[in-house]
Amino acid sequence: MEAVTNNVYHDKVVIRLIQFSIVWALAAMGAGVYISAELIWPGIDFGQFWLSFGRLRPLHTNGIIFGFGVSALMATAFYSVQRTSHVPLFAPKLAWFCCYAWQLLVLTGGLSLLAGWNTSKEYAELEWPFDIVIAVIWVCFGVVFFGTIATRKIKPIYISNWFYGALIIVIAMLHIVNNLAIPVSIGKSYSLYAGAQDAVVQWWYGHNAVGFLLTGGFLGMMYYFLPKHAERPIWSYRLSVVAFWAFTYSYIWAGPHHLHYNSIPEWVQSLGMVMSIVLLAPSWATLINGVMTVSTAWEKLRTDPALKFIVLSLAFYGLATFEGPMMSLRSVNVVSHFTDWTIGHVHSGALGWNAMITYGTFYFMVPRLVGRELHSVRLANIHFWLALAGTMLYIVSMWAAGVSQGLLWLSVDNIGELSFSFKDIMASMAPYYGLRLVAGLIFLSGTALMAFNLFMTLKGQHATRVSVPAVDPAYGVS
Amino acid sequence: MSGLSLHKKIEENAGLLIFGILFVSAIGGLVQILPILNQDSLSTATENTRVYSAVELTGRDIYIREGCSVCHSQQVRPLIAEVERYGAYSRAGEFVYDRPFLWGSKRTGPDLHRVGGKFSDDWHRIHLIDPRSVVEASIMPAYPWLADRDASDTGNISAKLSALRILGHPYSDEDIDNADADLQGIKEIDALIAYLQMLGTGYSEGDSS
Repeated sequence: MEAVTNNVYHDKVVIRLIQFSIVWALAAMGAGVYISAELIWPGIDFGQFWLSFGRLRPLHTNGIIFGFGVSALMATAFYSVQRTSHVPLFAPKLAWFCCYAWQLLVLTGGLSLLAGWNTSKEYAELEWPFDIVIAVIWVCFGVVFFGTIATRKIKPIYISNWFYGALIIVIAMLHIVNNLAIPVSIGKSYSLYAGAQDAVVQWWYGHNAVGFLLTGGFLGMMYYFLPKHAERPIWSYRLSVVAFWAFTYSYIWAGPHHLHYNSIPEWVQSLGMVMSIVLLAPSWATLINGVMTVSTAWEKLRTDPALKFIVLSLAFYGLATFEGPMMSLRSVNVVSHFTDWTIGHVHSGALGWNAMITYGTFYFMVPRLVGRELHSVRLANIHFWLALAGTMLYIVSMWAAGVSQGLLWLSVDNIGELSFSFKDIMASMAPYYGLRLVAGLIFLSGTALMAFNLFMTLKGQHATRVSVPAVDPAYGVS
Repeated sequence: MSGLSLHKKIEENAGLLIFGILFVSAIGGLVQILPILNQDSLSTATENTRVYSAVELTGRDIYIREGCSVCHSQQVRPLIAEVERYGAYSRAGEFVYDRPFLWGSKRTGPDLHRVGGKFSDDWHRIHLIDPRSVVEASIMPAYPWLADRDASDTGNISAKLSALRILGHPYSDEDIDNADADLQGIKEIDALIAYLQMLGTGYSEGDSS
């Protein structure tokens, strides 16, 4: 038995954040399925402004990123930073404030999007009052996280905390700079930047919200839960450190690849493109590190659905971080830009990587948090195959749709006339949009199975009191 | 100091780690964004680009509110097929009064940057209220409420113009004083159509860019 101290980890707030995260996953994926159906049957908004595609779409993206994603990141950051620091959370009341204030923000922010308060900047659609609230909660999140690290009993700061730390710091910087605006009323403001300059600032933000939230933040999750679950140390700790700095340095440059052939100077486009290719190195270094870490534990995959999710998520991480740099090449982008290929790319990351690693992590954490076996391993295995099937069908249908759109739009006949009308190309998308709807439904039904499974696991249980272990003097803070 | 011992320091000091992350992640943004914000050619209007009138600006804010930019880009790329389909490719100087920019990232529907003047006001009115009555295969949402709501209810227009003037848009005192009156008696759909009809009129073939 390991020696323990009198301190106990704060895990109730972790459980609550997991519950909220799952609720937002169901709501926001539900919204996604609904708007995908609207692209097939446009009449199902029933002439109601709040059911209109243009308002539900930002609700879908913001619900996934800020509701599902950030709640899961807060939950896993709070869980892992205590265990890698060997201390309970610093300022636990502030952690509870972060938890509830964030949920209130997502709820009211979502309603404001339905009401039409919308800056139109992607992933930064929320208007200025919400932007201020986000900044305040984010600082509190930082205080709890870095406070815990500052009071740690273990001398080295473990690698997962670096990624969570980068998430907190870089997102704060991007959020504040991109949202600078002059308010004209409670629900309306005008951006401090205009036109081409606004575009470059927005995609510096937009690309790196993906970079430091959906990639970096979730890599923090990977670096704690993958080795923990596989019961193997990180394959190469040095590689993880090198990849971290390379990732943090190079990701931030890649934004302008969202603006190829747009009205911005060519040097910025080229720089963004080159740095996107460079980014492949740290992205795949991390992939290799993750896969090698489980490479001596493959047999666990046969019996353990949680680890299956995490390993599969790495495969999609590898796919998406390869596809991204390819799409940043100007000659590929000329076809993919403005098409459903982009939507497919985003979902190979969001479904295949973000959602799957979160699911794996939840299946790992929840039984431990309440000291009870998972309600049903069989249901979790069914969920695994639904998630995989849904993601694959989604990506493949959007590849087909996107590549045809891109090529047909550009097609000219031998006397230089356009080969196809826009309308005909658009109309030919219907079968792909149908497949995508089916894919979304499959994925959502898997998520619902997980919600039921974890609900049954949590039902009637309280958080286990986990004592902080005593620190090996060789690594302790002197 | 060798790289490893420097790294040992960072690894054991939260303050250094925070500073390191901030420093390393700031470089790319500084190199790309500062020159862009200071490049005059990106903030200089083309010859025929003017500020939005009170009605057009209201229409633009409705376009933003309804999320039109989710499915319609406003950016004609300098490619043969795009120029043939939509018109002259987009110039940076045409967007200097766009806060925020509305170039979009997805074309579920066609690009709208050069849509101004291509269809009649009546066509737009029918199309916005019932898209499938004019384009049978359309999957665009219908916007019946735009025909019912008064344009003057979309927000304090004189406050909007004043805010934009602070940001450097050349509105006169007269523009601001008359803004409320300009919106009297028109519906949201009229403002949106006024905006659509002036889109892309800041440049035409033969202008000097």
